This record gives sequence, C-alpha cells and structure tokens, in this order.
Amino acid sequence: MTVRPIRAPEVQDTTGYPPGHPPRMGFFTDTSVCIGCKACEVACKEWNQLPADQPFALTGLSFDNTEQLSGSTWRHVAFIEQNKPIRTPQDPGDGAGGDLRWLMASDVCKHCTDAACLDVCPTGSLFRTEFGTVVVQQDICNGCGYCVSACPYGVIAKREDDGRVFKCTLCYDRLLDDMTPACAKACPTESIQYGPLDELLERAAARVQELHGDGVEDARLYGHDPEDGVGGNGAFFLLLDRPEVYGLPPAPKATTRDLPSMWRHAAVAALALVCGVTAAFAAAHHPLAQAGAKWSRQSPLMTRTRSSRTTTARS
Amino acid sequence: MLAAGAQLTGRPGLARAGKIAALAGIALSLGALVEDLGRPERFINMLRTFKPTSPMNMGSWLLAAYTPLAGVSALSDVTGRLPLAGRAACYGAAVLGPAVATYTAVLVSDTAVPAWHEGHREMPFLFAGSATATAAGAAMIAAPSAENAPARHAAVFGAALELAAGRLMRRRIGMIAEAYESGRAGTLLRAAEALSVAGAAGALLAGRRRGLAVLSGAALMAASACVRLGVFSAGVASAEDPRYTVLPQRARALAANASGT
Ligand code: SF4
Ligand code: SF4
Repeated sequence: MTVRPIRAPEVQDTTGYPPGHPPRMGFFTDTSVCIGCKACEVACKEWNQLPADQPFALTGLSFDNTEQLSGSTWRHVAFIEQNKPIRTPQDPGDGAGGDLRWLMASDVCKHCTDAACLDVCPTGSLFRTEFGTVVVQQDICNGCGYCVSACPYGVIAKREDDGRVFKCTLCYDRLLDDMTPACAKACPTESIQYGPLDELLERAAARVQELHGDGVEDARLYGHDPEDGVGGNGAFFLLLDRPEVYGLPPAPKATTRDLPSMWRHAAVAALALVCGVTAAFAAAHHPLAQAGAKWSRQSPLMTRTRSSRTTTARS
Repeated sequence: MLAAGAQLTGRPGLARAGKIAALAGIALSLGALVEDLGRPERFINMLRTFKPTSPMNMGSWLLAAYTPLAGVSALSDVTGRLPLAGRAACYGAAVLGPAVATYTAVLVSDTAVPAWHEGHREMPFLFAGSATATAAGAAMIAAPSAENAPARHAAVFGAALELAAGRLMRRRIGMIAEAYESGRAGTLLRAAEALSVAGAAGALLAGRRRGLAVLSGAALMAASACVRLGVFSAGVASAEDPRYTVLPQRARALAANASGT
C-alpha cells in the first residue's frame, strides 16, 4: 500500500486573512516512536500555566493517570496494553516478554479543517488564527459549553471552577514569536513534530511507507485525509492499530455539515406547526364542531359551564 | 400562536391563557439558559455576532426578539394597558413562536452526541409536536372550557405529531435507538407515550367538561416534559457509551471504503 502525500486544505484565505499570511501550521504525532515519557504533558502544563488535575488520583489504567484531554490537560499520553506482539520479518520476537505490547500516543486538539467547535460557538470566541489553528479567546467565552458537545473528539472542555472552556492553542503565543510549541520542543524522540502542515503530511506519508516496508502492516495515518468527515486535521497522527483502540473515533464528522438539512427540517416542522394550529382553529369553526358544541351545550351536564362568549365565537 | 388565534377569533380567555403560558415558558427557558452559562454575566456576548452556523447564536437572537414580544403581549393583556401594542406584540410573537419551538431541535442535533445528531431529521417535528401539546395543554388547564375547542384540537395534533416523529426517529436511527429505549430514557419515553395517548384521548372526549380538560391538559404537559427529559437522557447515555460512537462510524467507514474502491 502506498500513501500519496496530500496538500493541506486551505483555511486561512477562506477565513479572510489577506495573502501573505503564514502557511498552515500543525502537528504530526508519530506514535510509533513515542516512549510514554509524558514530557509533552508536563511542558504543556508548564508553559500554559494549566492548573493541576485532581492530585494523586490513580486510575489503574496502565501508566495513564490523566485519562483524557480536559480544560486543564491539553496533551494526554494514552497507554494501551495489548496482547499483540509486534512481529516483523526483521524482528520476529522471541516470545520472552509474553504477548504484551504497549501502545503509547500523545493526544491533542486536532485543529480541524472543518472545526465543529468553531462553527457552533455563538459568541465568536473560538476563532481561526493566521496559522490555521483554532483558538479560544478567553475574554469572550461565556461558558455556554456548546462547543464541548460539538467537538467530535471530545477535546474541548469546561473548567468547572472557572466556568469557561479551554483547549490546546497550538501555543499561539509561541508561534507569534516564531517558536516551536512547548510539547514538540520537549519531546525527546520527535514523536511530536511541528511544522507547516504540507511538509508534515509529506514526511508522514514517507514514514508510513517506511514502516510498511519494515513489515509493520498495521501502521496507518489518522486525521491526514482532507476527504474525511472533518476535512482533515491540522494535528494528525501515525497509529499502530485501529483508532478505536486509542480511544479515537474511527470516522468522526463535523455535524455542522448537516446544518443546512437540519434548518430545512426545522423550517418544515415549524410550518407543520403553523398549519396544525390553524387547522385546530378552523376545525373549531367547522359546522360539525359547531353541531357538537350545540349538542354538548344542550346536554344537561354542560348547561352550567355555558359561557356567554360562545355566541360571539360562533357568529 | 394559540393566543394570537384566540385573539383573532374572539376568545379572550384562551388568548390570556396562551399569552401567560408563552411568557412563563420563555422566561423559564431564558432563565435556565443564562443560569447554565459558566459566565452568566457574559450572556450578552451571544449577541456580539450574527452567525447562522451556530444554532445557539440564532436561538439567542430569536429569544431576544421573542421574549419582549411575549412579555408585552401578556402584560398588556393582564393590566389592560396599551391594548393595541399588546395585540401587535401577540401577533409578532405568534410569527416567531414556531421558530422558537423548533430551533431547539437544531440546537441539540448539531452536536457530536450520537442520539441527538442521528435523529436530526425527526427532532424538529418531535419538538414542534411536544411544544404544541404543552401549549395546548396549558391552555386547556387555564382557559374557560367554552373557549378551549381550538386548544383541544391543537392538543390532539401536537400529541399525534410527537408520537409519530418519535416512532419514526427510533425506526430510522438503527442501533442508536437503543439509547432511547433502554435505561432512564426508555422509562421516560414510555411514560411520555402513555401520557400523550391519554391526554389526546381526553382532549378528544373532553368537550366542555372542565375537569377532563384540566386532567388531559396536565397529562399532555407531563408527557412533553417526559419527552424532553427522555431525549436529554438518551443523549447523555449515547455520549457516555463509546459503542454508540464507534459502531455506526465503523459501519460508515466500511461503507465508504466499499464504495470508494
Ligand atoms: S478537535 Fe475538537 S476542539 Fe479541536 S478543533 Fe476539532 S472540533 Fe475543535
Ligand atoms: S463555551 Fe465559550 S468557546 Fe465554547 S461555544 Fe460557548 S462561548 Fe464559544
């Protein structure tokens, strides 16, 4: 299987940045070389001054005590223990360590091409930067939390004590000063690579081919494809198993793509409502209903509840 | 809308009931919306842009327009002041009413919550039906029975729409329907169906019997509340269990691969 290099989808021009903006920047996280040291998690916390999660909570999930991305964790190193040894023609394995293998992967906001969080934000707090990344403006966010339910990856989250939402900014402040984001800078194995998305995509395609050549059949890219449900990611991955294994959705979709259809259905429903209620009034004036009304007025049960208004309504 | 119809056809009691119910409903939901914000004092930021891609933004504009209209219409009816402005506001609110009733469906469907998104075609009809049934139910409780014929008809219509949309949705969304049929959501929605049927039957048979009208009105309002809570719990359940996210997506990916190569 060969993987063609793909061009990064354009997002800055369509957002309205004048020509001459920087290229679209992103992350390529090559999990095949991740050693699970969590330097990225720590560097991110340090640089962005993120509050601690609950202190010393042990989850019992391998070495993963972070569990997931949150308002105060913007890089998360997942540890997956599998009964599936990596066997390649070069390294068939001696079975000494049993069949256990560890998958480690540093997850992050995907900075989607079609970012649902950005689409649905009612305040315009979420915006597209000149680097093509997606960032929350903390002074505008009113904590409605709509983006939280819109993100197909469950990335963005609210800090309950603060009330606002937070997520990876791809170190917007560092990018403005021409610096590498903190996580990529700290990663000792270059599992996290930062650069112009075009370059990263090319490098990733070559890396997959190399791994396939080495007999690692399961190596695959995730989030690189502009044809996928979110138009491709600004931060994409090389995985060694199916995305679900890492807790990533296999075929995520920006649900705002169905928005025109949703508005159409809502309009028809609203129209149905108008027709229904109008018909309800019309029916009350229909001769049959009038007859019914007359009957119930004459029935002895009803005589007491009769009101003078009916006569006017009937005329 | 019920109030406007009543106003138009000379049913002041029904009109007043409708206006007050509309104001109470909208005040409650606006209050809940603002309360739910992490930073309630920043509600006004909702109106700093006009953004059709955000159902919540559109909804905020709708509420910003609808609430004062519903307020003026109810207050003027109760106090007898500015009757002309009150009537005009009532018609204005009636035009916006159906939009207010259905935008919330888009609001919940435009999310990555599987049970909500996959039902996006039927959701507006479900919500329109349940909104009609609630409004009609409230009117049946509050309006004099001599004037409540339109409310009774509307109640039957609303309940029927709600039932049909709910059934259709669960049929169409495949395995995700389980989120609507099991657990808390299942219990709530089954209760809702029973209450709807009872309420609609009551509305059909009530005629001028005030007691029956009040009872079926209450059943309809309770049914709608169960529908909303049930849809909410189904959403939460479907978001918590990765099965609902992974299985349909895997099927989608397989289908795409099959047609692509
Ligand atoms: S991964 Fe989620 S939070 Fe990040 S850009 Fe995409 S939709 Fe937004
Ligand atoms: S919580 Fe903040 S960033 Fe998210 S949609 Fe609401 S206003 Fe926008």
